[in-house]
Amino acid sequence: MRYLRRNPSLVVGIVLLSALALFVIVGHFTVDTSKSRPLSAPAVRAPSAEHPFGTDRQGRDLFATMVAGTPLTLRIGFIAGFLGVGIGAILGFVSAYYRGTVDAIIRGIVDIGLTVPGLLVLIIIAVSLRRGLTVDQMAIIVASLAWLNPARTIRAQVLSLRERGYVEVARLSGMSGPEIIFKELMPNVLPYLAATLVNSVSSAILASVGLEVLGLGPIDSPTLGMTLYWVNFNAALINGWWWWWAAPIVIILVVFLGLFFLTVGLDEIANPRLRRAI
Amino acid sequence: MTALLEARHVTRIFGGGFFDRSSTLALDEFSLALDGDRPSIIAVVGESGSGKTTLGRLLLGLTTPTRGQVFYNGRDLQKMSRAGWRAFRRDVQVIFQDPYGVYNPFYRIDHVLTTPVAKFGLATSRAGARTLIDDVLRAVGLRPEETLGRFPHQLSGGQRQRVMVARALLLRPRVIVADEPVSMVDASLRATILASLRTMNRDLGISIVYITHDLATAYQISDTIVVLYRGSVAEAGDVELVVKRPQHPYTQLLLSSIPLASPERTWMTESATAPTAPREAIETGCKFAGRCPSVASACREMPPPRFQTDRGRAVACYLYRGAPVLTEGDPWPRRSR
Amino acid sequence: MLSVRDLVVHYDTPLGRVKAADRISFSLRAGERLGFAGESGSGKSTMALAILRMIKPPGRIEAGEVRLDGQNLMTLNDEDMRRVRLAGIALIPQGSMNALNPVMRVKEQIIDALRDHGVRLSGRERDVRVRELLQSVGLRADVADMFPHELSGGMKQRACIAIGISLRPRVIIADEPTSALDVVVQKQVMETLARVQENLGASVILVGHDMGLMAQFVDRLGIMYAGKLIEVSPVREIFTRPLHPYTRMLIASLPSLEEKGTFRGIPGLLPLLRDLPPGCAFHPRCPHTVDRCRTEVPTLREVRPDGSAACHLV
Repeated sequence: MRYLRRNPSLVVGIVLLSALALFVIVGHFTVDTSKSRPLSAPAVRAPSAEHPFGTDRQGRDLFATMVAGTPLTLRIGFIAGFLGVGIGAILGFVSAYYRGTVDAIIRGIVDIGLTVPGLLVLIIIAVSLRRGLTVDQMAIIVASLAWLNPARTIRAQVLSLRERGYVEVARLSGMSGPEIIFKELMPNVLPYLAATLVNSVSSAILASVGLEVLGLGPIDSPTLGMTLYWVNFNAALINGWWWWWAAPIVIILVVFLGLFFLTVGLDEIANPRLRRAI
Repeated sequence: MTALLEARHVTRIFGGGFFDRSSTLALDEFSLALDGDRPSIIAVVGESGSGKTTLGRLLLGLTTPTRGQVFYNGRDLQKMSRAGWRAFRRDVQVIFQDPYGVYNPFYRIDHVLTTPVAKFGLATSRAGARTLIDDVLRAVGLRPEETLGRFPHQLSGGQRQRVMVARALLLRPRVIVADEPVSMVDASLRATILASLRTMNRDLGISIVYITHDLATAYQISDTIVVLYRGSVAEAGDVELVVKRPQHPYTQLLLSSIPLASPERTWMTESATAPTAPREAIETGCKFAGRCPSVASACREMPPPRFQTDRGRAVACYLYRGAPVLTEGDPWPRRSR
Repeated sequence: MLSVRDLVVHYDTPLGRVKAADRISFSLRAGERLGFAGESGSGKSTMALAILRMIKPPGRIEAGEVRLDGQNLMTLNDEDMRRVRLAGIALIPQGSMNALNPVMRVKEQIIDALRDHGVRLSGRERDVRVRELLQSVGLRADVADMFPHELSGGMKQRACIAIGISLRPRVIIADEPTSALDVVVQKQVMETLARVQENLGASVILVGHDMGLMAQFVDRLGIMYAGKLIEVSPVREIFTRPLHPYTRMLIASLPSLEEKGTFRGIPGLLPLLRDLPPGCAFHPRCPHTVDRCRTEVPTLREVRPDGSAACHLV
């Protein structure tokens, strides 16, 4: 508990994300999420008691849309983020521990992959798969590139750890390579992995929102990005329908701020040198 | 006599690969044999760049020689089977210099003791393992109740190093390679750890290769000493002879540079010290030629062979060219029983 | 010349307040070499930093005064204190040879120090000054244009000494100046330090843990244990007639090159600074403890001419 006082970023991050979770949970109980589909309510109404977030041009109740859409966007982010870090971690560990040709190959692929503009690749993939994209398919598309950065950063971390004395002692005690990776190296990389995971989730959400705003997302789902696509499509900005773009943007802001502070907070745990003196 | 552990004409060069034009000769044609029947303590003394740490790592099988071989019970380490390595790892153990980095901060210190017990099947039950660990901790002067269950950062440097000694003891090895085991430990605790090493040698018959830059502790603990300079043996033999009557100019330089903890002040009143070594590697001849006060033309042409100047000592220096030459094997003449 | 009275330094750690230096008092005479020896946690490095008011949070100088020629440095404002550092008292900190700026040439680092203290010299005068400084520490003139990575360990340390003496200080504090160096190079560096001291007519405070080095270099030696100064005597007396039991046992545990003997370590462990035993900090390990040692903290007092110890039994 005392530690939380010394790590305000962590606290802010947890608070923001909890607030969001609360919003979604309470929202599910207070409103009927089917109202997030078109023609559920009168169109283009400003926020009122009946429709707290107002409605959009196709008759969606925006409160319901946000309540339904936020978990969808988060789900894409989590699936892609976890997949990305999972694959990246395996490759990073193998690459760093065994070195040699394996390392050269993996590193080569990662380095080349990172120079290619990711969004461009995603757009191309999304465009070619345009037929009836689901939320989970979005996640896979984003994950296809999400493993590159984690692979590189985790490799760097393991490279520095493998030179530690305790790795040699483990080898002299009869441990095998995979055992050393799991039992000696992994526990020391965990905090770093957690921070990388949150980072990965952030980037995944950003990538998915980016694709959706361009209209390349799951058209029938009320994700945050798709809502912004409709905002654009219907020129809500010019028409002065502020409640339509304000809601998704505020929620996206809260998501990113929450994840950002969480990352900073986790970074501090992973790297004791960043800890402040009390 | 098949040596228990032997290095034969071992040379280790670092670098010099495809992309790296500069290379370092860490160890040059070094040979050493440890007799399993007569456990002794051999000190390998040298400064930084002498190759002593490289030698330790070669003997432990942590690195491979560029030329030459390391033999364990007559078998080349490079060609050993899995079973062979297991036996090797049981017989040859290590104590590293740094009591901090050798502990995984994630685990309690028990981990470093329970792992070898598990991996080598030293006990059949948890209770058996616990007894074994308790015994070995007590043998190094630690109390199991106060030591086990703690994290590394909760113990002092001296305690951590003693746990490392205990770990080495667990496997009942026949050789322990100790690389600067007390240089990062406080002065008041050094003697205790060194006493443990000597007890292990005397009572348990464990040979110890004691690698250090500190001649004083080397003198106190070892029977024979090898003085390394830039990868080659300068002088080797019975420790009383080498330390009390040093013959190689480098040994003499080393001994005269040590500040003695005694009331007589002779340290800085002696004649000026030898010039610092030139940065360029010496290609031919004796490695010490650039700094030697007694250097002659012969010294720059061919590296000197080892001359046996006493029954239990050899010097690699042309100043003693009258003495018989040692050709093969150990750095110093073995006394025949 | 330099007088320290009751210097106290605290560190605030998550586990409590730690007294890293506890009422240190001593005097440094002109032209003298004073050593401070101790093991880890003894407070010797803390004391060196405290004299120059270089203790950073979570550490704090709680009390005490440091007088340089009568002036109390603790009462100076920041600007005046900055001027005292390097010009009055120079510190060659532990590990300084690794703290040299890797992208600046040696001469630039010396000039930096000079300029920082308001020394205004023309280009040519600067080069002359740099060359003189390097010469005084036994380095060739061409070292001025080199980068730190081109120098050996001993040369780097001598460059640090050159920076340290660039403003001709009256007191030089050297904290473990040779701990990372080989024994042959160590002798060269210490000889350099001695020569530099003679040229400047300065006094030297040598902080370290190598008793042999102390025996051969300093005139008077102070022994520190658990943050306290427990003995101060001329160095010969420390080795021939040590007063404090810790000093005696420490000297007995040192390995000699004269004859082989038994290993005599000091039993027990160094105490944790945040959990010091009551009374004398050494009493749990001392073979001569009496009841008074367990309750009353001994103070450093003069026991014989020029010899002080903090022990109830002397």
